[in-house]
This record gives sequence, structure tokens and C-alpha cells, in this order.
Amino acid sequence: MAFDQEKDEFKVVGTRPDRPDGIDKVTGRARFGADATAPGMLHAVIIRSPHAHARIVKIDTSKAEAAHGVKAVVTRADFAEGLDGENWNILENLMAGERALYDGHAVAAIAATSSLAARDAARMLEVEYEVLPHVTDVDKAMQEGAPVIREGAADGSVPAGMHPNVVRCHDSGHGDPEDGFAEADLVIEERFTTEATHQGYIEPHACLGTLGPDGRGELWCCTQGHWNVQKVCAALLDIETSKLRVTASEIGGGFGGKTAVFIEPVALALSRKANRPVKLVMPRADVFRATGPTASTSMDVKIGMKKDGTITGASGEFRCQGGAFPGAPMEFTAMCAFAPYALKHVHQVGYDVMTNRPKQAAYRAPGSPMAAFAVESVIDELCNRLGLDPIDVRLKNASREGTKANFGPSWDRIGLVETLEAAKEHPHFSAPLAEGAGRGISCGFWFNHAGETAVQLALSEDGTVQLSVGTPDIGGSRASMCMMAAEELGIPYEDVRTTIADTATLGYNEISHGSRVTYASGLATIEAARDTVKKLCKRAAAKWGIDAEAVEWRDGCAIPSGPNAGDFDPMPIKEIARDMGKTGGPIVGHFEATPEGAGVSFATHIVDAEVDRETGATTITRYTVVQDAGKAIHPSYVEGQYQGGAAQGIGWALNEEYVYDDDGRLQNAGFLDYRIPVASDLPMIDTVIVEVPNPGHPYGVRGVGETSICPPLAAIANAVSNAAGVRMQDLPMRPSRILEALKAGS
Amino acid sequence: MRYHTPTSFEDASAIAAAATGVTRFLAGGTDVLVQLRSDFVTPDDLIDIKQIAGVRDITRRGDGGWRIGAAVSGAELAEHKALTAEWPGVVEALELIGSTQIQARCTLVGNLCNGSPAADSVPAMIAASASVSVVGPAGEREIAVEDVPTGPGMTSLDAGEVVSAVNLPPRGEGGGDAYLRFIPRTEMDIAVVGAGVSLSRDGESITAARVALGAVAPTVLLVEEAGATLVGSTLDDTALAALAKAAEAACRPISDKRGTVAFRTQVAGVLARRAAKIAYDRAGA
Ligand SMILES: Cc1cc2nc3c(=O)[nH]c(=O)nc-3n(C[C@H](O)[C@H](O)[C@H](O)COP(=O)(O)OP(=O)(O)OC[C@H]3O[C@@H](n4cnc5c(N)ncnc54)[C@H](O)[C@@H]3O)c2cc1C
Repeated sequence: MAFDQEKDEFKVVGTRPDRPDGIDKVTGRARFGADATAPGMLHAVIIRSPHAHARIVKIDTSKAEAAHGVKAVVTRADFAEGLDGENWNILENLMAGERALYDGHAVAAIAATSSLAARDAARMLEVEYEVLPHVTDVDKAMQEGAPVIREGAADGSVPAGMHPNVVRCHDSGHGDPEDGFAEADLVIEERFTTEATHQGYIEPHACLGTLGPDGRGELWCCTQGHWNVQKVCAALLDIETSKLRVTASEIGGGFGGKTAVFIEPVALALSRKANRPVKLVMPRADVFRATGPTASTSMDVKIGMKKDGTITGASGEFRCQGGAFPGAPMEFTAMCAFAPYALKHVHQVGYDVMTNRPKQAAYRAPGSPMAAFAVESVIDELCNRLGLDPIDVRLKNASREGTKANFGPSWDRIGLVETLEAAKEHPHFSAPLAEGAGRGISCGFWFNHAGETAVQLALSEDGTVQLSVGTPDIGGSRASMCMMAAEELGIPYEDVRTTIADTATLGYNEISHGSRVTYASGLATIEAARDTVKKLCKRAAAKWGIDAEAVEWRDGCAIPSGPNAGDFDPMPIKEIARDMGKTGGPIVGHFEATPEGAGVSFATHIVDAEVDRETGATTITRYTVVQDAGKAIHPSYVEGQYQGGAAQGIGWALNEEYVYDDDGRLQNAGFLDYRIPVASDLPMIDTVIVEVPNPGHPYGVRGVGETSICPPLAAIANAVSNAAGVRMQDLPMRPSRILEALKAGS
Repeated sequence: MRYHTPTSFEDASAIAAAATGVTRFLAGGTDVLVQLRSDFVTPDDLIDIKQIAGVRDITRRGDGGWRIGAAVSGAELAEHKALTAEWPGVVEALELIGSTQIQARCTLVGNLCNGSPAADSVPAMIAASASVSVVGPAGEREIAVEDVPTGPGMTSLDAGEVVSAVNLPPRGEGGGDAYLRFIPRTEMDIAVVGAGVSLSRDGESITAARVALGAVAPTVLLVEEAGATLVGSTLDDTALAALAKAAEAACRPISDKRGTVAFRTQVAGVLARRAAKIAYDRAGA
């Protein structure tokens, strides 16, 4: 499974063929979550708490149940009892128990013969609440006297004496930062905050579920990981896992937000009660109020630097707010913070803090972008005050193969230095800046993940190939899978069709998360193709009457391995496929494993920004992403990931935020006032693919989907701060905030 | 819900006058249909005005002004070369609305009668001294645009009254107008502040000026004091500073998720200045 040093020439990998799902998507033939129907199907709505925190005194379902067209009403009583751990958290989140814990928390659901009837019945459902004090701000939630979200939720990692809303703690590092600060010529310590942002996928969560009285069911849903949905639904409904077959629809964006389960068990519970298929589509407002945005943060970072740019010591405290449940990614925030730098003295602490907000969910490199914002802002300020070049300083301190990471291990082969060097050479870095414009640089880091993976590759009688993978395609991965299979088999890209198999068809596949798909499903595809090649060679060997070991595979044909093996014409895959029924039956290759070599990835971004000093409006005028891909299988989709990360980062940095008013209600649960960037907000985002092969993948692939969102917040904040002449320490840098900072700074 | 397709404004007015429940006219529908879909307003009577003859016509009036039919869309208005040359500010304000798809539907009249204090075309129309022709149970009347909105979502139109057209006065020599809005994004957003300016020049000197501000009060404001600061000036720095000050003084905004009082007030002054410069240049061209 290791990097194949021999394999340096590719025929398919590195080219840019059209994606196989492209025509379906542009013609509307692709079937997304809400596109499924079934005979007798009911439509469901979920009733949600209008309060940020309230005791549920009583739910009276009688009027709703009697309403026209209503076939089932469910509340918490209709789900499994006695759950614990994360299953309990998921259930508590998707159907409140004794208390509503945030504005939008589900309290009941109704299925009726039409969505209008369901909506009418929803108005007849009577819920009596006793409103409780609430808290939505991370720093306030940690203060004495803050309302307690859940007593006893903290685990053993939390130091004694902290508020019960602090539920987990991470603490790591080495050396002693105080020693480091003593050696520094300049030490800067600042506080930074970021607001919660939503993944902003265009497709709302949607599903169609059937669960019969016999406990067997089918579920169609829009998810990044249907085996996980299967497992969670089984637990929450108290059925056996294999009795539920889950099929993943096409997915209109996820970015981590569709790794979590929000509605599927509700649809199945309604279906079980009504004994009819139930369709549940989340309205956009519900997506904002009740699915996971990322954590909001408050962070203190202190860094010491010598006049020559050497970082002598660094420390940080990262407080992450993850809503009414444990799970804010504070350990990643802490671990990623100083990852780009080889430091003698470093210490990072993270806190996971509960508040009356929706349960946070993964969002592209969870926790890392915020950390980079704080750390890279301080480094930028140090460079400014010491008159140092921001890239040279980063090169001087860069993590390299063999240096010790801030969170413990020594780095394997990594490509940070290569991204910095490419950034330095890029014309963008040396381009003159317009009057009043500013430039920002930032590095970013993400771990990447591998995970349980199973694939199967079946040969058709005409020599084409059907590849089944279990990782929903969230970024063009089917194209990359087809390419890797074609590369190994020596056949055209067009001869491979990749399908996302359902849960009944393959072994367990972990979610499409952690930038793992092209790495792990790709590795598995390569191995399954090699398994297939072995079987193909065996058939040729049998026909030729020679040893299987004496047969090689080249350019889609079996050939004798050398003159001693015999003199036979190459036997093409099509010929072997045509005869396979008579030569031993179907030919299927497969691979199952939990690979362990997902290579980490680094990036360096360069951003130019202009600030209108009279209105506080920011324009991003130029943007360049430089990132290590290990090996770009399909360069266009790698570039797409780079651009997408930068685009989402621009939104996060400038305008996106969860706005709560005093009563803890979300004020902007829609795309009008939750401002993801529109096309005209973005410059053309330039990309540079650096390839430092990952030792843990046959072709050297590293995940690319998440690292691209790690540097933008910091790079943009640095550009804006340099343009405005004031350090921006709070995101988003909305116009009013910039005007206020300009006023305070002048 | 009853859907009506009258073929005259008199019939439209009669249907509306007889209606007792929630009534809406349907011009482009880009407000009405969105409100319907999002369960915000479900009309009992929906009266489509697009079957009425002439509603999509743009005609030159006898006095040299323009009559713009009630259902003329943003895209249609922008394609009208002569009108755009004379009233670029009104056209650019309507053109800011939505996207290409919305442009094919949205109208000046719908924008006005929806009653939003942030409606983009309204400050431009007020600055331009536009009026609307109204047909009602009591006959026809003409109302200045600034007299139509009375509060968020409210207008001075009586029950049964329907707008048949927007009227623009003759532009005359040396005139120019402009509209600017501030939004956090570059499009698909609601004005945090909007400023419309229309002025006339005699040589370098300004002879008449009207300034209107959007999204800084419960209704779009005609700020007569702001217009007055410009008259007699050559739009020098003193005049611009006085304009900004008068614009700021007129603001009575709220703080909400879209902007604070301080931000809206400051930006109103900035936009008034910038719009005045554009209008001045256009007037001199
Ligand atoms: C995606 C999107 C983006 C938008 N962007 C903007 C924007 O940037 N700026 C902005 O200002 N608006 C914006 N809007 C709102 C809307 O498009 C405008 O207000 C538009 O001008 C409304 O015109 P309409 O013809 O579609 O009105 P309709 O929806 O047909 O009607 C709106 C209101 O006017 C009344 N009405 C219509 N015709 C008459 C009549 N003849 N007599 C009396 N009353 C009448 C109706 O009863 C209704 O109350 C946007 C809307 C959408 C959906």
C-alpha cells in the first residue's frame, strides 16, 4: 500500500476528463435527496422550539393527530430508551427530551398526506414551555453564574473549578513557552474571536424512509456517509443494523455538515407509526437553526520572535463553542494552531464549551481555520513590527520532515516548505500593490484521515468495468476513482463506471470526511484493480498453459512476462471478459481495509484586499492558493477544492455569521441575511498544485478538500488589516466592524 | 385563494374594492410569490394586472416626460435607450434588483407598493420627482412617489386603488440622476442604505436638486434640506460636506442584523455625496 516509487509515469492520472456525473447534474437527471417518491408516501414536518432554552412542560398532540390528513405524530417517546454516549446526544439533538436546548430544537414531528396538511397540523400541536435562562456566547458560557446547559456533561479532562459548561479539555505541547518568550525580542499576545458559520450547502437535508412492522426498512437520504446513518438509525430506533438498507442520493454539498444525522430517524419513526413511506425535507430556515454550523471561538495567542524572525516560543488558549452538546473540535483547533512551525517551546490548550445553540457539526478541517486566524495574525503583526518578510519568516520556522510537531510526533515527508517556496516565486507575491490595498499571507494545516474502506470492481462481459465504492461523491471523486481504476487496468477512463453502492452491497465504509475519499477509496480502488489484474492474468495463464506468475499485465492486456514464459500474443481484457463465463466465472476484484497512511497536508495562501475607508466594504482583488496535493489525480477537481476552500473562507472572513438577539433566537436563518459569497464577490482564484508525494499511498495522494479552508481566514484578515492599517481581531470583518476599527484606530 | 385576470384597471379596482380578505395585485410577483411560498402572506384574492392592455408599454408623454406601464420589468426598462439616456439613475436603481431571472419580472410599481423602506428604485424615483397614476373606485388620481409609502409594508393607497403607471417628468437640459446603495455583498442583497440624487446644472452651477434616502427610516425619505445644500453650488467640497451632514441629520434608522444606527447614518452621508458626484457628471455630459 506504500508509495510506489516505480510508478512515475501515468497515462490517465493527471489528465482532466469530464466528470461522469456532469451530464446528469446539468440536465436535472441526477436524483438528490428530495427527488425520491414512493407509493402512498406521506410528507413530514418537524415542530421546533421557538425558545433558546426551555423546559418542555407538556406536548398535547391530540388536536394535531385528529387534523385532516395526519397519519402519525411522534415525540421523544417514539425513540429508543436507555441510549448513552454519542447515540444519546444525537437522539437528544434530533428530538428534545425534557428541555429544548436551542432555538430550533425539534420537539415533535408530524406525517400527513400532503405537506400542506402536515404544516396545518403543525399549527395545532400544543407545546407548553417554561422558558429558562440561556447563553449563546462562548466566553459568557464559561463565566460564573452562566446557565448550565447540562449538569455532569464534563469528562475527566476538564480541570477542577471550571464552569460545568466546559465539558472537555485538551492540553499539549513541549518545552516551556515562558523560557521562549524570555529569549524573544518582541512578544505579542492578542485575543481573537470567530463567529459560527454554516457549511451553506445548497441542498437541504432530505430523505425518504420506510420502516415496516417487521422492523425492516429502506432509507434514501442525502448524506456524506450512509453506513453511519444506518448505524445511528438502528440504534435510535432499536432495530438491527442490517435490517435497514440505506442508499445515498446525489449530494448537493455537505462540507462536513452531512456527516451528522438530523432527520432520518424521525422519518423512519413516523413511517413505523403510520406504516407508510415518509418523506422529510428540511426547509432552509431549519437547516440554519437545527443542523450544525461550525464552532464559534474565542482565542488568546502569544508568540515571541527574535529580530531575525526566529520564533522562540508560542502558547495559545482556544475556547470553542459547539452548541448544546459536547463535541466542539477544540482539540483540532489546539493541535493545528502551531502545526506549521518547528518550535522549541510550545503549549496549546483547548476547551469544549456548551451553549444554547445548535449542535455543531464538522465543517471542512473542523477547528483548524480559526486557529490559523489567531496564530497567523500574530505572526503577521510580528513581521510588520520587526520589518520582516512574511514568507521568509515562515520558511525560517517551517515544520519539515523529522521536526517535532507541536502536538507530539515527528513529521513524515511533508510539503509545507515547498508551498512557501512556490508562493514566494509566484508573480502574485511580488506584484505591486495598489494605493490603499493590503496583502496577507497565511499557512494552514490539516491532518487528513483514512478510515474503514471497502470497494469492489466487477468486470462486465464486454471488458468494461463497474466499480462500487461506499463513499458518497462530494467533490468529483467518481471521476478520480474511474481514473485510478483505468490507470491500473490499462483501459480507457470511459470504460469504468463508478457507483456509490448502498449499505447492503459492500462492507462498512466510513463517512466521506477527513479528506479521505481520494486517498482511501482511491487506494482501495487501486488494490481492487490489482486484485482483478491477478485474476485476469490467471485466466490468461490457464489458456496459455503457463504459470500465472509468468503472466504480466500491460496496457490492458495479459502478456507473457518474458521470452522464457512462452510466445503468445497479448490477450486483451475484452477477450478475457468475453470468455470468463467459461473460464472460471465472473471476475471481481475487491479490497477491504483501514489504511493508515493518510498524509497530512499544508497550504500557503496569498490574498490582496482593498478597503473602502468610508463604508468599511472590503474587496478581495487577488487570491492565490498554493497547496500540497501529494499527487493530483484529476487536477481540475483538486483546483476546484482549492478554490472552494478559498471561496468559503472569504465568506467566513467577511460576512458570514450566526446572529443571535438577546432572547437567543437566530436572526438570520436564510441566505438573504446569512451571506455566503455570490460569484461577483470573488476574484478569479488562482491555484498552484504542489506535489510532495504521500508515502502512504501508491500514487502519493494526500487529501486536499479541507486544508484549502485553513489559511483563508488568516490570510484575508492579514490583507484587510494591512490595507486598513488596523489589526482586525474579530470575524467576520463586516463593514460596520471595519468602520468601527478605523474610527478606533485613528 | 382566488386568482383574477382583469383586462382593465377599472375591473382590477372593482375586484379589489369588493374583496374582503387579504388582497394582493400581481405585477412581477417577485415579492408576492416569495411571501406566498414562505407562508408569510397568503392572499385570498390575487389580482394579476398583466392582462391589461398597455401595462408593458413605455411611452413619451406630451410634456416630454415618460409613462411607464405598471408591469414593465427591469429588463425591459433597461433596454429602452431613450429613457435610459435621460433617467439613468432610475434605470440603474431598478436594475440592481435581484438577478437576471428577477429582472425579467420585477417592476417599479411592485417595488414601491411592497412598501419596503429598503426598496431600491424608490429613492431614485423620488429624486426624479416621479409620480404614479392610480385608478380607484373614486376615479383616477396622480400621487407623488414620496407620498405613497407610509410605513414598512404600508402605502397611502386606498382599498380598491391600483397603480396603472409611473410618470417621469421631462428631463430638460443639463439634468442628471444617480442611485447608489450599500450592501455587504456585491449583489443579491437588501440595501443597508440607499441614496438617490437628481439635479440640474446651468454650466457648473446646480440649479435644482433632490435627494432621497432609503433604509434609514420607516419609509424612504425625501430629504429636502440635503437637496437645498447643493443648489447654487458647483458641487465643491463645502457643498459635498454640507450635503453629507444634511443626509446624516435626516436619518432615523434602526440597528438590526443588517446594520447599526451609526453605520447607516455615516454611510448615508457617504452615498449621498458619491451619488451627487455621479449625477453632476451625468448632468454635465
Ligand atoms: C431574489 C430576489 C432579489 C431581490 N432583490 C431586491 C433588491 O435588490 N432590491 C429591492 O428593492 N428589491 C429586491 N427584491 C424584491 C422585489 O423583487 C422587488 O420589490 C420588485 O420590484 C417587486 O416587483 P414585482 O413586480 O415583482 O412586485 P409584486 O410581487 O408583483 O408585488 C409587490 C407588491 O406590490 C403590490 N402591487 C403590485 N402591482 C401593483 C399595482 N399595479 N398597484 C398597486 N399595488 C401593486 C402587490 O400587491 C404587492 O404588495 C428581490 C426579490 C427577490 C426574490
